[in-house]
Amino acid sequence: MHDMSAHAAQHGAPTSFIRKHIFSLDHKVIGKQYYDLALVAVLIGMVLSWIMRLHLGWASLAIPGLHLLSKTGAPGDVMTPEYYLQLMTMHGTIMVFFVLTTAPFAAFGNFFLPIQAGAEDMPFPHFNMMSFWVTFTGFIVLVASFFVSDGPTLGGWTQYAPLSAAGPVGGPGEGWGVVLWAASIAFFCVGQLFGSLNFITTTLDMRCKGMSLLRLPLSAWGWFITSVMGLTAFAVLMPACILLILDHVAGTSFFVPGGLVVNDQVLPHQGGSTLLWQHLFWFFGHPEVYIAIVPGMGIVSHVLITNMRRPMLSHRVIIYSMAALAVLSYMVYGHHMFVSGMNPVSSLAFSFPTLVITIPSAIIVLIWLGSLYGSKLRINSASLFALGFISMFISGGISGFFLAQPSIDIMVHATYFVVGHFHLVMGVAAMFGIFAGTYFWFPKMFGRMMNETLGKIHFWCSFVGAYAIFMPFHYLGIAGNVRRYQAFVDDYLIPLIPVHKFITVAALFTGAVQLIFVYNLIYSRFKGPKAPNDNPWEGTSLEWSTATPPPHNNFGDKMPVVYHDPYQYSVEGASADYIMQTSPEPVHSPDEEK
Amino acid sequence: MAKLVAVTIVVIAILSAIPIITHTWPGNISVGLPQDISTHGYLIDEQYADTMIEAGVSFLASQLLLAYFIWRFSSYKPGDKIKKFPGGATGLVVAAFLLVGTEVLALGVFGTKAWGSVYFTPPSPNAMAVQAQAGQFAFYFRYPGPDGTFGPIHPNLVSEASANFFGLDTTNDPDSKDDIVTAEMAIPVNREIHLLMHSKDMGHSFYVPELRIQQDFVPGLDVSVHFTATKIGKYEIVCTQLCGLGHYNMKAYLEVMSQEDFDKWLKQQAALQ
Amino acid sequence: MKKAQNLVAIVSMLVLVCCGALLLNQKVSAAGEGKITGNVKFEGAAPHMRGIDMSKDPYCVKATSANPAHMETTLVGSSGGLENVVLYIDGWSGDATVEKNVPIFDQKNCMYVPHVLPLDVNQTFKVTTSDNTAHNIHPLPNPMVNVGWNQSQPPGAPPIEKSWKNPEAIRVQCNIHPWMQGWFVVVKGPYAVSDSSGNYTINNVPPGSYTVKAWHEPDQTQTQKVTVSAGQAATASFSFK
Ligand code: HEM
Ligand SMILES: [Cu+2]
Ligand SMILES: [Cu+2]
Repeated sequence: MHDMSAHAAQHGAPTSFIRKHIFSLDHKVIGKQYYDLALVAVLIGMVLSWIMRLHLGWASLAIPGLHLLSKTGAPGDVMTPEYYLQLMTMHGTIMVFFVLTTAPFAAFGNFFLPIQAGAEDMPFPHFNMMSFWVTFTGFIVLVASFFVSDGPTLGGWTQYAPLSAAGPVGGPGEGWGVVLWAASIAFFCVGQLFGSLNFITTTLDMRCKGMSLLRLPLSAWGWFITSVMGLTAFAVLMPACILLILDHVAGTSFFVPGGLVVNDQVLPHQGGSTLLWQHLFWFFGHPEVYIAIVPGMGIVSHVLITNMRRPMLSHRVIIYSMAALAVLSYMVYGHHMFVSGMNPVSSLAFSFPTLVITIPSAIIVLIWLGSLYGSKLRINSASLFALGFISMFISGGISGFFLAQPSIDIMVHATYFVVGHFHLVMGVAAMFGIFAGTYFWFPKMFGRMMNETLGKIHFWCSFVGAYAIFMPFHYLGIAGNVRRYQAFVDDYLIPLIPVHKFITVAALFTGAVQLIFVYNLIYSRFKGPKAPNDNPWEGTSLEWSTATPPPHNNFGDKMPVVYHDPYQYSVEGASADYIMQTSPEPVHSPDEEK
Repeated sequence: MAKLVAVTIVVIAILSAIPIITHTWPGNISVGLPQDISTHGYLIDEQYADTMIEAGVSFLASQLLLAYFIWRFSSYKPGDKIKKFPGGATGLVVAAFLLVGTEVLALGVFGTKAWGSVYFTPPSPNAMAVQAQAGQFAFYFRYPGPDGTFGPIHPNLVSEASANFFGLDTTNDPDSKDDIVTAEMAIPVNREIHLLMHSKDMGHSFYVPELRIQQDFVPGLDVSVHFTATKIGKYEIVCTQLCGLGHYNMKAYLEVMSQEDFDKWLKQQAALQ
Repeated sequence: MKKAQNLVAIVSMLVLVCCGALLLNQKVSAAGEGKITGNVKFEGAAPHMRGIDMSKDPYCVKATSANPAHMETTLVGSSGGLENVVLYIDGWSGDATVEKNVPIFDQKNCMYVPHVLPLDVNQTFKVTTSDNTAHNIHPLPNPMVNVGWNQSQPPGAPPIEKSWKNPEAIRVQCNIHPWMQGWFVVVKGPYAVSDSSGNYTINNVPPGSYTVKAWHEPDQTQTQKVTVSAGQAATASFSFK
């Protein structure tokens, strides 16, 4: 047991507005900054998806005012093919990087990891501040690409070479658009590397007295495991992005082979490899989807336990399974490349770990279900979203069985089946994790309560809406509906357009429902009822034993001392239905894992 | 609220399964796998069907269980005790390994057969060679002509402006002289085709759902696939690898013909060169 | 307040003077112009223009079913006249923007109409589409000379208005329909393009001695010296192989 908390206390409470709210060293402020960044990003990403969906349902529809976004992209408000792809690329990039990585990991992790570990702050507060501001710069750079001459890149969030590396001849946005994209992502990687470093050190070296690793709540474990992935995954993507930029500005040919001809002109490149980019990208890309989902698993476990009034059937099995996901995530990445021209033996080699990774996922789901059994389930907005997460994770995970098999992948690769799969398992599930965390931790973060009725309406509509959008994607994919198409002109796709129309209506509905959440969030932040006490959900972990909102050094004058495992609920013979980690009350229970 | 959510989950689970089972979407829109016109496709379809059964059962079972637990355990009385799931965590871990483990192992092992039928068997020596070239945003095809050999591709001669799509030098390369370049792909039925895939510019893909074939074109690296079509008809070859603004409209028609029709067609095309 | 009024007065005066100057200027240059006419021939047997297989886009197939499309690289009329030759004055030293009309470059039945569009430097032209399928317009200038672009025009989109800054023969193509090939031939000064019989007339040429240049795709050129006198037509005829 280390007690390094003295190191973090080096900075006192700031007094100026700028140090307090903008260039703050306080992990809690940085966490909120990340949250707000994610909120802005998700709103942009969502509006983009509305425009895309409208276009997919009604391809020749003029969307009033669209030309204001881009005169060349939407002349006369009719979307051009390239503009669809540009919006799609921005939608995917914003969602994956600036929403799903920032909100569950960087935002909640920043705010709550040090508190749950019993630390006064992160060990490297300056790095932490830079982590946010570098990420923020990345976001500004990405958004800036909307305003360069031919708009943002159209190459998809995966930016496959040589389209991404050949320069402006490839199409609109393939010049400066790609350079800005790659620069933005490189910034993002640096930001997350700083963050991961802090998370890892906080977890390993900053825990308070009595806080053994296994006494950390599952949410803290989620962030810790994610930060280890982050450290290794972003460290690969960043150099890949730099090489991509060099192919544009320095005349290098990392990703462009010789002899390519565009518009009857031989490209001035030679010796690069397009598969190299795919390997580098997916070596990052597959861990990335676990970076998006593992914090959600931690948050959902934490929220569920509090609302089930019992610990998980096994604390350790969840931790080990999450760790197994993290390790396996590096060994499966080739399943994105089954038909890429990679050696077909490699495809089989990547297929087996992919099938194996379903085992730890299944274990986690079964433990969740088994723990629900015989619990005293409290229904509130937070627990509803946690339960919704489980449902979405099951639905999205099961389609993974198909995609894991190269032979079936021949049929559904690059179709809407994949789009349905990753939206459910990564997009919606992770969003539900964010919602669960928001409704749950809001009182601790802002000292006020969110409106529960609105929260429940938000849940029910989002749950139904998300299924209405993303389930039909699977059917389309099975019928062979190719993804990343801006309109469906193939004879065999035209009959499927009514399904797309249905999805569009569902997407607009679900999107509109999110405005209820945004309203609830903003209203409650400033006008919501004050949190009745420091522990409104009767939780046990350290964030509930400190003031609301927590003081600058998290715990005031007295550092906490931990006596128990994180989740002492419904302990027999105890004075109450729960025993906090800081309570010295003895526990005589076989559940106490030493 | 808990009961409403439980019912919602059940309804969604059942509604989700209906189009999978009936292969139709309201309005009589077919959303099942397209018909199969290949010799190897049945292996993929069987694999798909097996997976669908296992996945479908897991999906329904876990969603219904989730719904039931939400319904059942959200209504408790103050004095109720926490109950432990029979078998506990150990039981569940063992179950996961046994059920999911054997399930995925079986799928994985049997699946290699379908994969192998496409990728691990060499094309037979008398397979007919056709070259496909993918470029922004059209496919072109090349038949070797009577000499049976393809002339070399010269990137600097590629010219869409003068319809020299493959960059052939018909004056200097004797092999190129009789090559036949077409915008449509015609193949004889029940004859194995060895498709040589060349990308002119970007990453593209060759996808014919009915043929159960999808393979990327790799710029700078020529790859090949082989297949046999068993049913005469007109099908679509579409690009599935994002290649630029015209990706959605990058396609060609595949005409599967009788041998006689094919010979006639090839003669016609040769005359048009 | 007073100051502002003064400013407005000065600015409006300036504007008036400028407009006046512009008007006068035009009158001056319009006086006593001649023209250059002639004929462009193709020597020898007309090359075979291959038919175009548009089967990738059923819309195009349908649009051309009555009138099958063929390539347009060398179009020779029945009398041996060569179409689509651009004729202009080499080394033109006068006013660049002689042509004030806004020509139209249409996409019709998955082909460009016209196949060759001559333009004055900085002359505005409009790209329109009559088709019910999306095209992208991708001109490929030499990047050191002109700035290229690549933009789609879905059905029903308004015309795209553009111009070119420097003289150059610029190939333009649609990548969605790679057979769609055309040319923007940007020149300085008056120009003409030969019709299907090979005839042309360059109007608005002030009296003087000139070198007439004839351009045919992809990069063939010929020149001839002519002298134009006021109100008269000089002739220059060419023949390409
Ligand atoms: C309102 C909810 C959403 C809707 C309606 C929606 C819709 C779409 C659509 C229509 C596409 C394009 C599919 C294609 O053309 O192939 C797409 C792509 C994508 N979406 Fe979403 N989406 C939503 C939320 C999300 C979320 C929460 C995420 C977070 C992971 C996300 C991540 C992505 C990604 C990564 C892509 C792929 C982009 C690419 O192909 O490069 N989306 N989405
Ligand atoms: Cu494509
Ligand atoms: Cu076109």
